[in-house]
Amino acid sequence: MSQDVVVTGLGLVSCAGEGIGAHLAALEAGAPARTDTERFAPYTVHPVPPLALDGQIPKKSDQRQMEPWQRLGVYAAGLALDSAGVNADAALKSAMHLVVACGGGERDTAVDGAILTGLRDAADPGAYLNEHLLNDLRPTLFLAQLSNLLAGNIAIVHGVTGASRTFMGEEAAGTDALRIAQARIASGQVECMLVGGSYSAERPDVMVVHEMGGYLRAKPFRPVFSRDGEGEAGFILGSAAAFLVLESVAHARSRGATILARLAPVASDRTRREPGAVARSLEHLWQQVDLPAPDRVLSGATGVGGITAEEGEALARIAPEAGITALGDVIGHSLEVTAPFGAALAAGLVAAGKARDVAVTIVGHRRGEGMIRVTAA
Amino acid sequence: MTKQPLRDAKGRPLVAVTGLGIVTSLGQGQADNWAALTAGRSGIHAIKRFSTKGLRTRIAGTVDFLDTDPVVAPALSQRFAEEAAEEAIAQAGIGSAGNFPGALFIAVPPVEMEWPQRHALAEASGQDGPITYTDLQRAAASRRFDAWHDLFIFGSVADHIADRLGTKGSPISLSTACSSGATAIQLGVEAIRRGEVTAALCIGTDGSVNPESLIRFSLLSALSTQNDPPEAASKPFSKNRDGFVMGEGAGALVLEDAESARARGATILGYVLGCGEKGDGFHRTRSSPDGAPGIAAIRAALDDASLTPDAIDTINAHGTSTPENDKMEAMGCAAVFGERIGRLPISSNKSMIGHTLTAAGAIEAVVSLLTITHGRIPPTINYAVPDPAIPLNVVAEARDMRVGRVLSNSFGFGGQNTCLVLGDEPA
Repeated sequence: MSQDVVVTGLGLVSCAGEGIGAHLAALEAGAPARTDTERFAPYTVHPVPPLALDGQIPKKSDQRQMEPWQRLGVYAAGLALDSAGVNADAALKSAMHLVVACGGGERDTAVDGAILTGLRDAADPGAYLNEHLLNDLRPTLFLAQLSNLLAGNIAIVHGVTGASRTFMGEEAAGTDALRIAQARIASGQVECMLVGGSYSAERPDVMVVHEMGGYLRAKPFRPVFSRDGEGEAGFILGSAAAFLVLESVAHARSRGATILARLAPVASDRTRREPGAVARSLEHLWQQVDLPAPDRVLSGATGVGGITAEEGEALARIAPEAGITALGDVIGHSLEVTAPFGAALAAGLVAAGKARDVAVTIVGHRRGEGMIRVTAA
Repeated sequence: MTKQPLRDAKGRPLVAVTGLGIVTSLGQGQADNWAALTAGRSGIHAIKRFSTKGLRTRIAGTVDFLDTDPVVAPALSQRFAEEAAEEAIAQAGIGSAGNFPGALFIAVPPVEMEWPQRHALAEASGQDGPITYTDLQRAAASRRFDAWHDLFIFGSVADHIADRLGTKGSPISLSTACSSGATAIQLGVEAIRRGEVTAALCIGTDGSVNPESLIRFSLLSALSTQNDPPEAASKPFSKNRDGFVMGEGAGALVLEDAESARARGATILGYVLGCGEKGDGFHRTRSSPDGAPGIAAIRAALDDASLTPDAIDTINAHGTSTPENDKMEAMGCAAVFGERIGRLPISSNKSMIGHTLTAAGAIEAVVSLLTITHGRIPPTINYAVPDPAIPLNVVAEARDMRVGRVLSNSFGFGGQNTCLVLGDEPA
């Protein structure tokens, strides 16, 4: 007894701006709308334009309690609720469940730098660290860093209080957030959910983590599938947030919602990465989501060496007729947000009549392969 | 023996528990933990892992008998999870070595680079003026620290465990703050009920007692500062409670579709009869003053189990020993159980092992199932000065009684409330 799962609301924010219209336009541009090569040099980032936060987060006190990654996510969640026409329906939102895919929040880089500087000559480094963490960390910063507090803030600001679960684990977290949400609705375990994630790229702490291992591209923008030359591979981080309102078709119809698209069961996998593994996994997932001939493919390819070329070749083989667009060429790479962003953009394409059957591929930079299929309802 | 049904009262597959594993500051494995927990022994001690000079709280329930290199939260969390999972899988006798025939749901603490590693990058940068993140980035680009990428991304703990134990599909790493362990179990229950899998390995793990984690909770005034003696600091439901004590460990459960567990002749230890959850949008760290979300989560778990409150024999409390939690939990339980709450035995394992945070829901589910198996409720130690505002039947000494069904509560920052009903027989 499986029910169709439909998309009835979309909230998108990235370097291309906000809303589905801006992103459908950006999809055809061939390069992200905003690229900053200076602020975090030598790394390039795709930053978000300033947002009119008051529109979705009316209380300044709430805005102050959050760091940028949370504000971005809470803002996009509000856009999705607006687009689904449920923002004024407190009862519906209090029953709505939430799955968020994200990592953690920003460090206070000034405090970290000062402590590291002081530690160099500290006579008792342990005592020095304790003293300065106690005195210099803002007490509420912790709540802006905790992964599950994006969901917490969405509950506080928007009143989405069915219950929330936060999935972590880079790109795969986004795929699995959609997979579990779709499955819970399809099986009748819940009727209506908000699913998505948020990522702020404009923070030097994440660049340290991704520079280790050499996954970060320290050069200006170049299209994702054209980063195969020596020293060209790697991802460019982009700030982005995406949320989708998902419902059973019966629930959507009963409240007279506009159905934008249908979300098929999501397929995900975890292969041991070795040459050829990504291509084999994608072909397997392709069959699992029953994709005869999509007219559009949105690829979440990272630009990381080896796996990106492998994905490109696999897609050329299994979807020769489909137009393939790398999300990285639209918004940059946004880790956990890649899958929800791809799914939301696919739903936007379908709703606008620009496609009928869209596949979104996710190949995590270290692990996790996924395939999402969005079709006309 | 009567023939047991294979489906629950709602017609869904019954979810059986066939394996348990546990690591806490009291020891490794069911036997050691059960002996210590029922003897009322505390695992709370002075922190030796790092300097506590200048800190208001200098105690925790760290797990010091399992080591990693480097000593960082993700490595410790992984180690504890592996030990607990291997115990659970061995007891279940499921699959074969490195081939667990089901999905992995694991609650892990949020991951970030820690101070020793930041400091090493700063040193390697060669910067002798003020350090900035640009210096750390430059050091990272030296390629000398590449191994730390995988150490400090969120998906690695689950990935390593999936690799080692051979779980199937994409593993889920999750957080619902202090109710994470219960959510891992809930995700496994739901996947089995949907028929997606016949087995799930559900783990909650936490090895995050380090200076910054401790200080973060300290800055929120959440921790007990009664350092001396350490074992008396965690005193849930007592009038003089003054905060929680951080703890570490892991709990692991092998869940199976009861039908497939019976078909392979597995010993069924108990059942996860119901799971309930409810969000709270009142405040980032405080619960709604009327307690409604916590009450709704308990009721949802009972409804999911098709049970009335009368069917519960004891409550494994969240019982953190913070003034706020214990008051609100008592209020919530009283609202659901009515005047019976004054007689219903309730106990908090955190009095002995501290608050194991991400792991707590899973560890306490393991203890709840051991309570059912052994017919003995572990005590809430340090219950010397009852809080007159909390009229609960707190189990101050281990109590022998037949226990058929346990309600296990988990409540967390960010409005997370998750409750489980565990039982010896189907409802």
